[in-house]
Amino acid sequence: MTSDALRIEDVHKSFGKLEVLRGIDLALAEHEVVCLIGASGSGKSTLLRCVNLLEPIDAGRILVRGEDVTAPGIDVNRVRRRIGIVFQAFNLFPHMTVLENVTLGPRKVLGLSKSRAVEEADRLLERFGLADKRTEYPDRLSGGQQQRVAIVRAIAMQPELLLLDEVTSALDPELVSEVLDAIRELAEGGMTMLIATHEMGFARDVASRVCFIHEGRILEEGPPAEIFAAPKEERTRQFLQRIVAAGRM
Amino acid sequence: MNVKLFLTAEAIILPAALFLAVLRSLPGPVFFPIRALAIVYADLFRGLPTILVIFMLGFGMPALGLSWIPDSQFFWAVVALSLVYTAYVSEVYRAGIESVHPSQEAAARSLGLTHLQSLHHVVLPQAVRRVVPPLLNDFIGLQKDTALVGALGVVEAFRQAQIDQAATFNGTPYLVAGTLFVAITIPLARFTDWLIARDRRRLQAGRLA
Repeated sequence: MTSDALRIEDVHKSFGKLEVLRGIDLALAEHEVVCLIGASGSGKSTLLRCVNLLEPIDAGRILVRGEDVTAPGIDVNRVRRRIGIVFQAFNLFPHMTVLENVTLGPRKVLGLSKSRAVEEADRLLERFGLADKRTEYPDRLSGGQQQRVAIVRAIAMQPELLLLDEVTSALDPELVSEVLDAIRELAEGGMTMLIATHEMGFARDVASRVCFIHEGRILEEGPPAEIFAAPKEERTRQFLQRIVAAGRM
Repeated sequence: MNVKLFLTAEAIILPAALFLAVLRSLPGPVFFPIRALAIVYADLFRGLPTILVIFMLGFGMPALGLSWIPDSQFFWAVVALSLVYTAYVSEVYRAGIESVHPSQEAAARSLGLTHLQSLHHVVLPQAVRRVVPPLLNDFIGLQKDTALVGALGVVEAFRQAQIDQAATFNGTPYLVAGTLFVAITIPLARFTDWLIARDRRRLQAGRLA
């Protein structure tokens, strides 16, 4: 039996009295790219943080390639090693150069030698057009460059699954496309990705499936063509209308 | 003598305080007893007057008469100052650790680093850089407080001044001792200012780019 790259089963999560996730079910096949859309506060980011075990879940299960990573006593560090995440605010380490940012994980967690890690990092930086920035500190880079470094840092760990949390929301509009291009390239390379995004055009291009999240539940899911052209749910329609009205699609 | 006291104590305080601050940052209920002990220590030694700790250890410990306890006044002076200042300095480190945004730890942990690895490679390097000015502030305080040790009979600058004053009925030795202290603390203070200014310049340079 082949297991899904990621399977989320009836996941619940509350912050105090606020129930952010109210029973999420979702499965990703290997090499699949799924986009989560929905209003701010609908639970997209929380879901991603739960999958990466940055937030403990209250109920349900999360399985990565068939292994229940939410079972008690699981080694969270070992799980996080297999799942990469890129944050909205980049979260690069400001006291390290680009190269040090990218090689920290491979060296300290995967146990690569410095020369191997650097070699690997240089290859990735080259691929994402960042070769000339390898010795710069993050605050010397544009937002788009920083976010691409963050992507490289995540994939340098060779994750089985990559989570992207509104990675273009903190960027100036003219810098968005370079980051989206980098993600497209990852998708073409077969990376399994779960992407929370407000970029509908991008979701339509790269996603094999789009999930509309509303108030902590997946209200509607399907191929992007279906969701964007003929949404079944009234809520989805309203959300997409607002996006169109805002000129974001 | 004051400089020797100051340097010896500082060599103990810096790593000990960092260790204490790290203990206090350990997450989860498992480490609650360790965290609690670290908190009790910091509260206790910040609450006790330094002079009291110096007296208790300097006169109290040798008076126990146990053969394995050192009876050197210098030794106990260093221990007393280290105990007190480690409590202060650990709070400075802790403030530094807490000033590093949680997203930094999240980013490090998301790569699979353990809590201690992310402290070591990501949080502490940023935290320590931020607290250098307040750390130096505490150094200056420590340098001054070495004068309290004179009460034990360790002949440091202030004690020497008392002796000279008593012999000559002339206040000048105090003036000399005071000048000596200030001659050390003022350059330290200016050095602190310079570090702060340099940090600010660097930050601004970073923002402009």
